[in-house]
Amino acid sequence: MHIMEGYLPAAHAAAWTAVSAPFVAYGGYRLIKIVREHPETKLLLAASGAFAFVLSALKIPSVTGSCSHATGTGLGAILFGPGVMTLLGTIVLLFQTLLLAHGGLTTLGANVFSMAVVGPYVAYGIFRSVRGIGGSLAVAVFLAAALGDLSTYIVTSAQLAVAFPDPAGGVAGSFAKFGSIFAFTQIPLAIIEGLLTVVVVNVLMAYSRSELKSLSLLAKGRTA
Amino acid sequence: MAHQNLILLAAAVMIAMIPLFMTFEGDEIFGGADGQAQEAIIEIRPDYEPWFDAIWEPPSGEIESLLFMLQAALGAGLLGYYIGVRRGEARGRRLAEGDAPH
Repeated sequence: MHIMEGYLPAAHAAAWTAVSAPFVAYGGYRLIKIVREHPETKLLLAASGAFAFVLSALKIPSVTGSCSHATGTGLGAILFGPGVMTLLGTIVLLFQTLLLAHGGLTTLGANVFSMAVVGPYVAYGIFRSVRGIGGSLAVAVFLAAALGDLSTYIVTSAQLAVAFPDPAGGVAGSFAKFGSIFAFTQIPLAIIEGLLTVVVVNVLMAYSRSELKSLSLLAKGRTA
Repeated sequence: MAHQNLILLAAAVMIAMIPLFMTFEGDEIFGGADGQAQEAIIEIRPDYEPWFDAIWEPPSGEIESLLFMLQAALGAGLLGYYIGVRRGEARGRRLAEGDAPH
């Protein structure tokens, strides 16, 4: 989902930066608030960021014959709300931009929007909805993480389609092309991310119940 | 919990391994999707010139994989530390409550 450095026209790069900036600022506000109100969850917060760090470093082969990586932002979004993951996801993207030349500073806004804004918000929304209609914790976590992951890659495809419309097929034609590169490749990886996120939540349910209660995110609605 | 997690982890590994047993056409197999998107951009807009370059690039593939490993290792290390701490606390609580250790 990394749009490479310089590969978005300047106007697009500036627009995505402007769109993402308030979300990052809100993420900073949420982070400070959580650390102040629930200092006991600091380590879990770090662990959620660590999960995104691991998953976004692992390039996994897909059925399309190319490799891509998961995002790992769903876990933190479920636990702490999506705002915090905007900030943590931005840190991951900055690390990869500055040290790995994956992504870029000019495309950071666009990449933050797909991986650290849309992904976590979709994950959070799906988690709440599935729990709201009585879905089990495992199903809600799986769907939230998997679809949050997939939504990131759909957004990347759309961002590139809008910036580079196909001469023949227009934006739609371009979206089909980028979608087949990103979104289709991502389907098995999204399933993997869903499964791994359920594994981590299972571990948390076994050993970290007090933290989960103080966050009240898992406690809200039905418990497993 | 441990039983379910083992099944889930096994399923995740299997999904990741299936493509390795498939055959693909084309010269670059299992290349990065990011790079393919870059090629698609050039195909759609051959005249497009990236207007900004990465300020620093890993000087070789080895250094790049080193940094990716570092990213994964830092994340996995912290995650493992967290789980270890909480697991130890949970065991300590059980012992304090007088349950026999497993």
